[in-house]
Parts: sequence; structure tokens; C-alpha cells
Amino acid sequence: MSGPSTYNPKSGIEKWLDTRLPLPRLLHDTMNTFPTPKNLNFWYVFGGILTFCLAVQIVTGIVLAMHYKPDAALAFGSVEKIMREVNYGWLIRYVHANGASMFFLAVYIHMFRGLYYGSYKAPRELIWIIGVLIYLLMTATAFFGYVLPWGQMSFWGATVITNFFSAIPLVGTHISTWLWGDFAVGDATLNRFFSLHYLLPFVIAAVVGLHIWALHVPGNNNPLGIDVKSPQDTVPFHPYYTIKDGFYLVLFVIFFSLFVFYAPEFFGNADNAIEANPLVTPPEIVPEWYLLPFYAILRSIPNKLLGVIALGAAILVLAFIPWLDTSRVRSCRFRPTMKWLFWFFVVDCLILGYCGSQPVDAVLAGIPLVLVARFGTAYYFGFFILLMPLVGLFETPKPLPASISQPVLGE
Amino acid sequence: MTAATADDATRRDFLYVASGAMGGVAVAAVAWPLIDQMNPSTAALALSSVEVPLDSIQVGQGITVKWRGQPLFVRRRTPEEIAKARAVDVASLPDPLANNDSLPENAPATDANRTTKPEWLVLKGVCTHLGCTPTISTPTDVQGEYGGWLCHCHGSQYDTAGRIRKGPAPRNLEVPPYAFLSDTRIKVG
Ligand code: HEM
Ligand code: FES
Repeated sequence: MSGPSTYNPKSGIEKWLDTRLPLPRLLHDTMNTFPTPKNLNFWYVFGGILTFCLAVQIVTGIVLAMHYKPDAALAFGSVEKIMREVNYGWLIRYVHANGASMFFLAVYIHMFRGLYYGSYKAPRELIWIIGVLIYLLMTATAFFGYVLPWGQMSFWGATVITNFFSAIPLVGTHISTWLWGDFAVGDATLNRFFSLHYLLPFVIAAVVGLHIWALHVPGNNNPLGIDVKSPQDTVPFHPYYTIKDGFYLVLFVIFFSLFVFYAPEFFGNADNAIEANPLVTPPEIVPEWYLLPFYAILRSIPNKLLGVIALGAAILVLAFIPWLDTSRVRSCRFRPTMKWLFWFFVVDCLILGYCGSQPVDAVLAGIPLVLVARFGTAYYFGFFILLMPLVGLFETPKPLPASISQPVLGE
Repeated sequence: MTAATADDATRRDFLYVASGAMGGVAVAAVAWPLIDQMNPSTAALALSSVEVPLDSIQVGQGITVKWRGQPLFVRRRTPEEIAKARAVDVASLPDPLANNDSLPENAPATDANRTTKPEWLVLKGVCTHLGCTPTISTPTDVQGEYGGWLCHCHGSQYDTAGRIRKGPAPRNLEVPPYAFLSDTRIKVG
């Protein structure tokens, strides 16, 4: 996509195409000869896996949409029909429902990877920011999708989340009403959410295109976080990384299948097997696991507007990381302090996730979980807003190797 | 010659600005229908009302009925519950306004302003935090510290006049417009 092309059209048809629509050239340069650092480790396989996940969601989603009815009176029944009567409907739905969880699992690993190796630092700021945008679109898509089966958790999850907007002063309630198309979540809401749930994955696909385009300008970062110095530091993408990514993709599909075939409801919520009832809220409203940390942040703040602002800021802050991190060194391998703060941040996200999954008044070993969530929230923001800029200034990084090849060859 | 060029430039500037402005108007004119179509349709706006018979509700009991797609609470309060609600100092409440659709917006949240007849409390069953339906207290199963309602979603607690007392909800439960048709029947909406 950038840099001098090494494509050399051979056959007549390739030459003909190359002067009209150089698609073979594009594919050749991005997926075949693309020079890739030779030290990429396991954590670099998730980009490919994410592309696979998007494709799976689109294919299974289009099939589900052939049987699904976006009508408050019919939606729940149509999903039951998919499960019981449509040929292989159960399989397609379970792949789609668990696929969403697999997608998020992969995206979180992918994001933490970027955080650890400093992949957001110059010249890769835009790759990171486009990534944050993809993540936002994914959460919106998954939220709309979760509403579609029109179970109790669909309905009340939609109610709580659309009510976030009512926290905005003056225009808030108008925005909620505008989103609902009514004075509460109802048929109009379901219908439009279906339309958006169908649309957004294709928007994601387009933005993924930008993500990869931006990646192919500076090329991959790598676990050492140092620049490629010479052609000896790289290998062509094919066959080296196609084989490696393919191998891990197979392992990922096996992992995915274990859920689809042996624990299809593992990520599900029993309340969603009950049809939506606008008069009764289930005893516990819990979002899907991938949103739990943010839910804990929302609940840790006892003020409606501030809670919603904190929730939005928790995602928005990610877009500013390229400028919050002041360190000159990219990879945490060479950052003795940041390394620990990073792992503590990972644990913090897990703790917040756990708090979000528990009832509001839950107590663990005598400590109210709200209190734990408050500390968790403080560390979440403190990590980005205080620690990242300060540690970057005061930490003494370990010496960097001269090149990617040097530590391997031991020169 | 130079004068002519300068003259040309200003005419061009004018044309740029004018067509830019017209283009902006055109975009806004096209965008508005696309935005407004998402607002409630005339069918959704057509106000519906519901009549609720009260004779089957015992003292200390509450019922939930559906009104405009949302829950509506009708509660017949015990004398103790009324006394408790009246004893509260309005200035000490998180939301000191009545939030009663039949009263002016700045009416204070006294118990009298929350009800038409002291015994009957009529409220929209929509938590003012994020819209869950709070759970009602009964004499045998008290919800929260204030004997009114507890919202399980994020822990908002309402008192026996449906006023917010604790938790993230910012406002008192809304009192919808309603009227007594007779001693045993109300019309809401
Ligand atoms: C980014 C990609 C996508 C994600 C993360 C996603 C996520 C979800 C989720 C979480 C559900 C609820 C599953 C359940 O609990 O039953 C769902 C349902 C659904 N999705 Fe998607 N989806 C994606 C793409 C698509 C696409 C492209 C289509 C259609 C072209 C689609 C059509 C549907 C339909 C019809 C349902 C309702 C049936 C059901 O609940 O299983 N999805 N989606
Ligand atoms: S919706 Fe009632 S406390 Fe949040």
C-alpha cells in the first residue's frame, strides 16, 4: 500500500489489469512481500483473528437476518424458531452469539498488546486511534445486537444504556426520546436497532481497511519496540506470517468451538430466555462480560451525570494515549516501572469487571465492592492521566538493542 | 489590468461564499427530515390514557399497571407511611421539587404536592436514574431504608412519597397527570 512496489506482472491478464485496476498489485504488496519484522511473537496473531471474527459475524448475521423478525411482537418468537425449527439455526445463532464474545476477547488482547509494546507511539498514532474507533463501533454493534432477541436482559439493558443520554443537561431527555422513537424502549427502538446492527459491521469493515492501510505505511511495531534498520530485520509476510497466523487461527477456532458445542450459553444470561416485559425489571441488570469494567466505573460514582461522563471518558481517554505517554522508549520490555504498572492495570480491569458483575450492594470479605470499584476507577484513570506522563519522564529505560537482529544473532 | 484582476477576485469570493452558504442550507434541509424521522411518530404521540379502579387495593398495598408502554405505580398508603412522608424536611431532600406534572415546575416536594388525596400515591414506575422499575416495599418485605421503593439496578432508594433519598437517581419519581373520576376510580393521562 505504500513504499516502492515489488510487483512484477507476468501473465497477459495481470499486465492488462495492472494498467487498469491494479488490484493484484495491491494484494501482492500488502499480503505477500510486505516486509514484516522477524521477531513478532504470539501476541501479534490477533489482528488476523479479528479479521476472521468480523467475517464470521457478517456471514452468520446475514443468515440470521433471513429468519429474524425485527418486531417487538415477533422478535422473541422468531429467535425461538431459529433455535428449534430453522435447519442448523441453533448452530448459526450460537456461532453468532459466542462469536461476539470471541471477537471482544481477541480485541482486548490485541489492545493490551498495543499498550505493552507501545504500538501507539509515533509514527503509529493514527493506527491506534482508528483502532479505538473500531472498538467503539464494535461496542455499539454488540449493544444493538444484544437487543435483538428481545429478552428481559435485551430490553432492560437497552433501557439503561439509552438512558445514559438523559443525563445530558437540557437536551438529554429529547435525545433519549429521539433514540427510542417513543417515550420508552419499544417496537420503534427494536426496529431501528436492527437496521443499525445490520449496517455497522460493514462500516467496521471499511474502517478496518483504513487501519490496515495506516499500518502498512510505517509497518508493524514489534516486541522490542525499535525500528526496522535493515532488510535483515524483516521477513516477507508470506509465507512466514501467513503460516504462523493460520496455525494460531486454527487453535482459536478450536477454542471458539468448545464454547459453541459444549458451553453455548456460557456467556449468556438466563434472564434473556424470558421475553421482554416492560413492567418488571430483572433483579440484576448485568451487561455482557466485555462491558463489565465500564459498568463498574458507572456504578462507582453516586451521581448520574458524573457517572455517565466517567463511563464515556474511560473509553475516550484511550484515544489520547499517544500523547499521554511521554516515554521515548516504546516497549515495556525496556521500561522497568511501566511494566509493573501495566500488569497492575490489566489486573485492575479484571477487578473492575468482577465488581461490575456483582450486585450493587455486594460485600466481599467485609469490604463493600463499591469501594473496591472506586479504587479501581481511580487507578484506571490515574494510570492514563498521571502515571503515563510522569513515569515516561522519570523512568530510566534499560538499554535498547542496536537492531532487531542483534539480540537474535547475539552479535 | 491589475484593477480588473482584483475586481475578479472579489466577485469570485462572493460566489464562493454564496454557493457555500446555499450548499449549507441545502444540506441542513435534507438532514433535518433524516434526523426527525427518528422522533416519535404521530401514532406514538397520540396520548393514551388509562383508567384504574381503586376498590380492590387494600391499605398498604400497591399495584402496577401499564401506561404508555411503561409501568405506573398506584399505592394505597398506611397512615404511618403518610406520617413518615410528611415528617421529612423538604430542604433536606436531594431533589426538593415535586416533579408533579399537574403542578408548576417549581412546586416544592412536600408530601401534599406529591399526592391528590393523601392515601393514594400515583407515580410513574421509572427510576429517574437509568429507567429501571424500582421494587415496592410491603409491610413484610421492606425495600431500602426509607420504606418506599428500591431500584435494584444501581441502588436508588425512594421514600413513601416516591422521593429520591439515596443513590444515583437525581429526581423524585414523576407524578403523572391524573384525576379522580370517583372515590374509587382514577384516570391517568
Ligand atoms: C461486528 C459484528 C457483529 C457483532 C459484534 C454482533 C453481535 C451480536 C450479538 C451480541 C447478538 C445477540 C446474540 C444473542 O444473544 O442472541 C446479535 C444478534 C443478531 N445479529 Fe449480530 N453482530 C455482528 C454482525 C451482524 C451482522 C453483519 C448481521 C446481519 C447482516 C447481524 C445480524 C444479527 C441478527 C439478525 C441477530 C438476532 C438473532 C440472535 O439474537 O441471534 N449481526 N449480534
Ligand atoms: S436505574 Fe434505578 S438506580 Fe439506576
